[in-house]
Amino acid sequence: MGETVVIDYGSGNIRSVARALEAAGARKIYVGAEPKRLQKAERLVLPGVGALGSCLEKLRARQDLLETLEACVLEKGKPFLGICVGMQVIVEEGFEHGRQRALGWLKGSVRRLSPNSLATDKKSCLPVPHMGWNNLQQLQPHPLLEGVADGEPVYFVHSFSIHENSPSCAIAQAQYGGPTLAALAKDSIVGVQFHPEKSQRVGQKILANFLAWCP
Amino acid sequence: MLMPRIIPCLDVKEGRTVKGVGFKNLRDAGDPVKLAQLYDKQGADELVFLDITATIEARDSMADIVYAVAGQVFIPLTVGGGVRSENDVQRLLSAGADKISINSAAIQNPKLISNAAKRFGAQCITLAIDAKKDSSNNESGFSVYSHGGTRHSGRDAVAWAKEVQERGAGEILVTSMDCDGKKNGFDLPLLAKIAQAVDIPIIASGGAGEMEHFKDVLKLPNITGALAASLFHYRQISIPQLKAYLQKQGINMRITEKIDDPSNR
Repeated sequence: MGETVVIDYGSGNIRSVARALEAAGARKIYVGAEPKRLQKAERLVLPGVGALGSCLEKLRARQDLLETLEACVLEKGKPFLGICVGMQVIVEEGFEHGRQRALGWLKGSVRRLSPNSLATDKKSCLPVPHMGWNNLQQLQPHPLLEGVADGEPVYFVHSFSIHENSPSCAIAQAQYGGPTLAALAKDSIVGVQFHPEKSQRVGQKILANFLAWCP
Repeated sequence: MLMPRIIPCLDVKEGRTVKGVGFKNLRDAGDPVKLAQLYDKQGADELVFLDITATIEARDSMADIVYAVAGQVFIPLTVGGGVRSENDVQRLLSAGADKISINSAAIQNPKLISNAAKRFGAQCITLAIDAKKDSSNNESGFSVYSHGGTRHSGRDAVAWAKEVQERGAGEILVTSMDCDGKKNGFDLPLLAKIAQAVDIPIIASGGAGEMEHFKDVLKLPNITGALAASLFHYRQISIPQLKAYLQKQGINMRITEKIDDPSNR
């Protein structure tokens, strides 16, 4: 098993992700942003928390890192896992504090959750952020979800989510005042809106699946 | 469908978990790392660590404990107590915390909420409010106390909840000082007033004594988590037992363990 790089670009719960990968069976983990390590790596993980715009800004501030990352994923096809905002950055655009152009690897836009569009009174309103455990509804089989029963709860914490993605890329969703995208996949790219590193045994299984995945 | 969170709170003083009645008369309830592992195994949905002496004695918070727990327990960890600056937030996040609970320092300097939310993301800022009934308060009738419940802040609890939401807090942890430790149930009037006023998730704290109390509080809108400490530490109620009960009451819970596992009793 080669090295798994957890990309540290100054955003996110890097340590939690690294430790959870370790517990899921990763032998060699590098946490950092050295482009040479990305080139040598077997697979890449991009965490991310906070605002989409600030994550994009931090990534773009490291142009060498970003170029290497795009070459590794889009040209060489190394397995890539984006977590939370680390998944949101890879679609086309976002609307958190104004409009941002995102990396555009996959189709989609990042918009604020609006779980209460059909709510008639305060009693039936859902709070935002969507914070807590929610059932992961599988939309199509994918190696990332192998051995995970349909409907298993995973931990979410987000106020924005991906919309207008290609339906063929959506592999799982959650219900929060309507369906919200929970996981997507295309070629060697997978992304999850929830936090597998915080989703106890189910999350461990998903991370182990990613580590074993050969797209 | 979102599942309400059952959240054991580990009040930590000098490296040990303690719990008192109404914030006084602290008793020893065990090693925080062992307790965290036990709760994780039992299916706790999240853990809260509060360094209850940090503000008063100006001690550093417990980055070491957080570091030890975060390496073994893969559920969200909220850490608070004595968080005074963005640097404190940074340090605890680096140690492995997912959310940081801010209380007294935000009352003294509300900009800390806005700045921390902007820098680290709203999702990791949990604003803790210690509130108490106050007959001299003409707004909501509940006032906010700081410094471990020892100082009247002069702020109205509902107005403060609205302000912290405006400033970017991702959730609010509301502790009723009147109910805390008494085991007569959560402070439903206080919680309902705050829940009505904001649109971010609220964790209810203070007063849980029976399983029914959790059912009552989780039926309120916006209350997506319920927190308790001594009830779990002294094993008066186990988490699997509580979750099975709530599930039977029609509340959708995350069920991870069977109750008949002897280690869960």
